[in-house]
Amino acid sequence: MDKVRLQREAAFIRSSLLDQGYLDEQFIQLEELQDNDNPNFVEEVVTLFYTDSARLIYNIDQALLSNPTDFTKLDDYMHQFKGSCSSIGAKKVKNECNGFGEYCEAQNYDGCFRTFQQIKQEYINLKKKLETYFQPSYDHIYAYYLISPYDLMR
Amino acid sequence: MGMAAAAATESQQFHVLAVDDSLIDRKLIERLLRTSSYQVTTVDSGTKALEFLGLRENDDGTPNTPSISPNNHQEVEVNMVITDYCMPGMTGYDLLKKIKESSSLRNIPVVIMSSENVPSRISRCLEEGAEEFFLKPVRLSDLNRLKPHIMKRSKLKDQDQKQVIPEKIDTLLEVQKQHQPQEEAQPQVQPNLEQQQQQQSLQQNNNNNNNSSNKRKSMEQSLSPETTDRTRPRYSGIATVV
Repeated sequence: MDKVRLQREAAFIRSSLLDQGYLDEQFIQLEELQDNDNPNFVEEVVTLFYTDSARLIYNIDQALLSNPTDFTKLDDYMHQFKGSCSSIGAKKVKNECNGFGEYCEAQNYDGCFRTFQQIKQEYINLKKKLETYFQPSYDHIYAYYLISPYDLMR
Repeated sequence: MGMAAAAATESQQFHVLAVDDSLIDRKLIERLLRTSSYQVTTVDSGTKALEFLGLRENDDGTPNTPSISPNNHQEVEVNMVITDYCMPGMTGYDLLKKIKESSSLRNIPVVIMSSENVPSRISRCLEEGAEEFFLKPVRLSDLNRLKPHIMKRSKLKDQDQKQVIPEKIDTLLEVQKQHQPQEEAQPQVQPNLEQQQQQQSLQQNNNNNNNSSNKRKSMEQSLSPETTDRTRPRYSGIATVV
């Protein structure tokens, strides 16, 4: 494995994630908190984000299945989820959350449901891209270039 | 995690208690505070924060300055509390109130963090005695704003009131109070704040003049363009220190 080549690919992925608005400046702030004593800080935070927010995603899914719909609860879960997205710099996912909040306020179930599917899609999409960034390998890079932003969840 | 305070080999090290129900945010604030060389303890609720602070009913009316003399009523000495606003059960505001109402804890500076920029919320917290109000996500540059507060506090162990800081806004406030309480001339404050409400609140606060000055300074800082405009489009390919 050409380590230099892989590192260069990882750097390219990072730049394009930032350029294309998947990530914002908060991600850079995380990188600045990484040092020799905490060499994997960013990856740790991102991993923590995905494991912790999986719980919130599940809760929202469940709440969307409940009848009658508890919009207050939905809004509350989404507020927490959005906060976490913001904390790691997941810009695109975070922006999708705004629409959800509006539908909650309007008590529009269909709007909430549809928007949430989009949120999940962006969430998974980002996860795949970040995995490639943190663990660049030829397989990952190959897969990265094949996945378009409009690809479906696997 | 992080419930036990680190071994206090350096008793001079500033100890911050961070309160947030979000796991991600606790990790972040802990890292930010450690990077700034503070000793950190994190808890996930206001209730646990009060437990950690050893809050008990206390008839002793004498204000203590914990950063100088250890407070008998605390299990471990805490020099500052930084708390999230939105938490289930006891909110950050509730926690702030409880701390400020306690004779043993009220001199501990409290900082509020929130993901939402709501001027009335900010006012309310500052009026209740919060030192600063940070918008999330909190950054290193925000923590750097705390340093003047920390330096100041450690100098004022015997005084009830804080010294007037020779900064433009505080001098302005002092002059205002002496001359025209009704006058509002705050060119540095952002127009989206309800200044009327704020001015009245500051006037009514007779107990601690300098506390108002600090609140005003915090308010001004909280509402500076850098923090209100959270879009921050200034990204470049090269990582820069904000």
